[in-house]
Amino acid sequence: MPQYTLWISARKDSGTAWFLGALGLIVVGVPLLNQVVPASSPFHISAYGLTLVGKYLCYALLAVSVDLIWGYCGILSLGQAAFFSLGGYAMGMYLMREIGPRGVYGDPVLPDFMVFLNYKSLPWFWHGFNHFGFAFLMMALAPGLLAFAFGWFAFRSRVTGVYLSIITQALTYALMLAFFRNDMGFGGNNGFTDFKDILGFDLHSDRVRVVLLVITGITLGASYLVCRMIVSSRAGRVIRAIRDAESRTRFLGYRVESYKLWIFVFSAVLAGIAGALYVPQIGIINPSEFSPINSIEVVIWVAVGGRGTLYGAAAGALLVNYAKTYFTSTIPEAWNYALGALFVLVTLFLPRGIVGIVTGRVRKPRTVQPSPKPADIPEPSSK
Amino acid sequence: MMRSLLRTGAQWLFVLLLLASRSVGILHAQSPSDATFVATLGELRDASFEDKDKIVDRLAESGHPNVRTALTAFSEDRLYYRNSDQKVFFVKTAAGEETTTLDLIDPVTLKGAGPASVDDVTKIGTNNHLRRVLQTTLARFGLSSADASIRLDAVHSIEQNLDEGNVKLLRDRAAVETNSKVKNEILTGLALVDLDGSDTQARLAAIATLRRSIRQDVLNKLEGVEGDDAVGQAATAAAKSISRRRTFYSDIETLFFGLSLGSVLVLIAIGLAITFGVMGVINMAHGELMMLGAYTTYVVQTLMPNHNETSIIVAIPAAFLVAALTGIAIERSVIRFLYGRPLETLLATFGVSLILQQLVRSFFTALNRSVITPNWMSGTLQVNDALAITYNRLYIVIFTLIVFTGLLLILKRTRVGLQIRAVSQNRAMAKAMGIRSEWVDAMTFGLGSGIAGVAGVALSQLTNVNPSLGQSYIIDSFMVVVFGGVGNLWGSMVGGMSMGVVNELLEPYAGAVLAKIFVLIALILFIQRRPRGLFPPTGRASEN
Amino acid sequence: MSERRNTLTLDKLTVSFDGFKALNELTLQVEPGELRCIIGPNGAGKTTMMDVITGKTRPDSGSASFGSGVDLLSMSEPEIAQAGIGRKFQKPTVFERLTVFENLELALAGDKSFLRTLFARRTASQDKRIYEVLEIIGLVPQHQILAGTLAHGQKQWLEIGMLMMQEPALMLVDEPVAGMTPQEIERTAALLLSLAGEHSVVVVEHDMDFVRSIAKRVTVLHEGHVIAEGDMDQVQKDPRVIEVYLGA
Repeated sequence: MPQYTLWISARKDSGTAWFLGALGLIVVGVPLLNQVVPASSPFHISAYGLTLVGKYLCYALLAVSVDLIWGYCGILSLGQAAFFSLGGYAMGMYLMREIGPRGVYGDPVLPDFMVFLNYKSLPWFWHGFNHFGFAFLMMALAPGLLAFAFGWFAFRSRVTGVYLSIITQALTYALMLAFFRNDMGFGGNNGFTDFKDILGFDLHSDRVRVVLLVITGITLGASYLVCRMIVSSRAGRVIRAIRDAESRTRFLGYRVESYKLWIFVFSAVLAGIAGALYVPQIGIINPSEFSPINSIEVVIWVAVGGRGTLYGAAAGALLVNYAKTYFTSTIPEAWNYALGALFVLVTLFLPRGIVGIVTGRVRKPRTVQPSPKPADIPEPSSK
Repeated sequence: MMRSLLRTGAQWLFVLLLLASRSVGILHAQSPSDATFVATLGELRDASFEDKDKIVDRLAESGHPNVRTALTAFSEDRLYYRNSDQKVFFVKTAAGEETTTLDLIDPVTLKGAGPASVDDVTKIGTNNHLRRVLQTTLARFGLSSADASIRLDAVHSIEQNLDEGNVKLLRDRAAVETNSKVKNEILTGLALVDLDGSDTQARLAAIATLRRSIRQDVLNKLEGVEGDDAVGQAATAAAKSISRRRTFYSDIETLFFGLSLGSVLVLIAIGLAITFGVMGVINMAHGELMMLGAYTTYVVQTLMPNHNETSIIVAIPAAFLVAALTGIAIERSVIRFLYGRPLETLLATFGVSLILQQLVRSFFTALNRSVITPNWMSGTLQVNDALAITYNRLYIVIFTLIVFTGLLLILKRTRVGLQIRAVSQNRAMAKAMGIRSEWVDAMTFGLGSGIAGVAGVALSQLTNVNPSLGQSYIIDSFMVVVFGGVGNLWGSMVGGMSMGVVNELLEPYAGAVLAKIFVLIALILFIQRRPRGLFPPTGRASEN
Repeated sequence: MSERRNTLTLDKLTVSFDGFKALNELTLQVEPGELRCIIGPNGAGKTTMMDVITGKTRPDSGSASFGSGVDLLSMSEPEIAQAGIGRKFQKPTVFERLTVFENLELALAGDKSFLRTLFARRTASQDKRIYEVLEIIGLVPQHQILAGTLAHGQKQWLEIGMLMMQEPALMLVDEPVAGMTPQEIERTAALLLSLAGEHSVVVVEHDMDFVRSIAKRVTVLHEGHVIAEGDMDQVQKDPRVIEVYLGA
């Protein structure tokens, strides 16, 4: 009997190798170019550059989380930025508590915005955030719990396809409205800013920035590997089966809702961690992070890079955000045109994204006869 | 015979003399009282404010036919005297900052007396107290006007100042008033006075009268009555009754606001329901098509600067065309390559929406543009003290119903509508029967987009126009479609209206933002129970 | 997997779509180990019947049970599959973007929870089983190609293979030989016959020769109702069957 066991594990995965290689280069190279190379050299990377790279890495992690549920499971969530922001806010709350009496108003317990808004005492949900351990837990738990609650309702009622996408948009929109309110206790439309330090380390020092960047890079790498493990397992194949033929998978005996929920929650946790790493590097978090357009942008990063590959998503995030940084500093109006055009062109011509180009597969658009009832309409459970 | 002649002659002479004396009397009545009138007016020139008070009273008593006009002019700062001859005149329009000449009017003949420079005349001034007195005095005149609405206004005026004299006036008027509405107001005013009296029977009678009112000030007064006696209890009961009725009308007002909000949602959603339901296309640029309609309204108004009343009528077909053509362009260039792939369509059309927004931003800047509401759409219909309906919202509700009906008729009764429905149900068969399905697709998309444009016209009347207008409503409109059931126009109507009403109901309790959040969450939960909306598509074919 | 020999009992199932009665008080019973053929004209309700059994459609009235205590109408699709009912669909529904091997692997009988499959490694006996099935369905050389690239007949066979991998007590096979060559049809017949006994097999088909070659017992459906049941000869002579289906 042939060795069938060898077939699957021996599948070549050059993409992962390239990705991890590039990541390692960044994680080692960028700090070097900041710390070792003198400021006068053209190769020097400034603190701003460090922040930028750190930001891109966080976005890459967010993109990977989206690819996991979209590229592999077919769940187009247009609200992932909500989980990213929740993680960010959790970290923000910790950092605000860390400021302590060094804030403008000097209150040892209440952050500045609370003093400004005449709060008498700390709201109940702020307690515990002065401990990093607790905050760390919440960075994953807050998005995870929300994803669980939402997913439990949505998947159980077999909402799929565009309906699900619309509802995830509604979710992040509702959160945005809520966090903009001044009386929610989350800083209102100003959010959190003016952070001083993290775990006692000064956030404005280059060395701390470097450390944060390295941690982000390592987290990205580790998360990538976990995701890779998931999609290569049998569960990963079930997930892809769900993407391609959901009801068939059900008839095979798989509890589709359960799989979707696991993946959705895990993806939300990853997004939350990405957000938590983003905030100390950027130095600010405000409710506009919840805005629906942010979530849609993440999707385009994944589409540009190439969905269903994981490394494509990371690459797409890096590329598109670099382009954005470049464009918005030179010709800001052009960026909106460019982004819009990107959406249109990628969906029409590049269904496999950049990865597709690299592996030589580009498609020509052809008029397809419209099917009036799209395949994604949820299954009826007619009672 | 002589005696009868004489008698007839005498009678005739008597009649003649009588007539003559009468006419002489009339002649005599004119000139002396004119002179008095003019003289009294003249006294206002140099009088102190206290004296002016008394002079006004005298004028009122004098019975001269022009007193009303004079007092009105006085209260409106239109009473002047000419410096050269100290003669008093009215002026046609009150002087503003920039006025240099005034049109004089003779106080007796009421005819024009030529222009005068501002420097040649001096205004006879008033103060607040005097103005109040003038108002009440004029109101008393108003009480005897032939026009019922003037009488009503007069009663309201008098109620501000219920002294003994005015009360007597009202009582007198009440006895002869024929118009029931005016009479009720008078009786209410009188009852308010009686309530302050000491006679228990009178007070109870007053409360019984007041109970029928619905006014806030009446309610306040009744609630202010203290004591646990018969009067106090009656007052409390009456207050409760008024309160209940006020709440009822206030609920109707809330309902109306909800319907008007809902009708905007409906307008946006039915265009979406067509493209989504009939063609399976998710168009994220739908909000921008609406925005284009709103901007079209602005442009039309700018191009027709003196025709505010009609520009909005012109804007409706213009907006439809602009949005429809844009929609067809989108369909031909992007969407037709993505049929059967709804998620990709979603993303691609989102890109189109970004481009459209930026285009508008480049042309019109990101600043808010305001569209003027035509006169026939402005103002409020005050049904009663507790219920006010603004005309613009009312027209929007009516407009929505017209558009909805029109759309239903197009789909159900016209050939194009039949083709659209055929293609959506069975494309292959439709093609086999000679229907050009590609053309139908473009037309359907154009129709849905055009409706969005028309929604933009309605929206321009309610809010400022800016490039992000579409973004604020797109999520709501998707929710309406999801709630109402895909492809179902009635679903969109019911869904949109109910979402508007629910949002309006929640707002006073929760605030606008929380109300919206609540509606969104409720919808998410609703979808859990009915994943395909209120009116889901049925049948075996729809299960594929 | 342990023997789960159960009787499939359908009692007065009624299903209406928008006023049209797809099933009209359908009553039938399939004994353990039986090989039953269901025939009838288009629209007779054959596929709808399978939909109800597998949980895809809920009937308006009636009952369906698999053995005692297994009420199919109160179970979800995965639960019904786990209870031992497997189905091959009318239109071949294999997972086009997975390989032939992976398709079969997914159909492996066993614990199908997320955590289990996350850490699952195939045992030697499982590999052996997949190999056996690959041989039976004749797709050994194609085991590593994407299922979407298979020919129509091969896809049918792959789906039958997946059905076998599930090791269900009851197999519902909907039009297994549509689009097959005569040799393939023969092989399919032989396979289905071999499966009966250990499994209950219900086959829906239009091809009368095929039905004759495998059927012990035949049920004829018409307008959602059973109009005749018996062996092939009895059914072919039944006047009602001749009237509605087999032709004069």
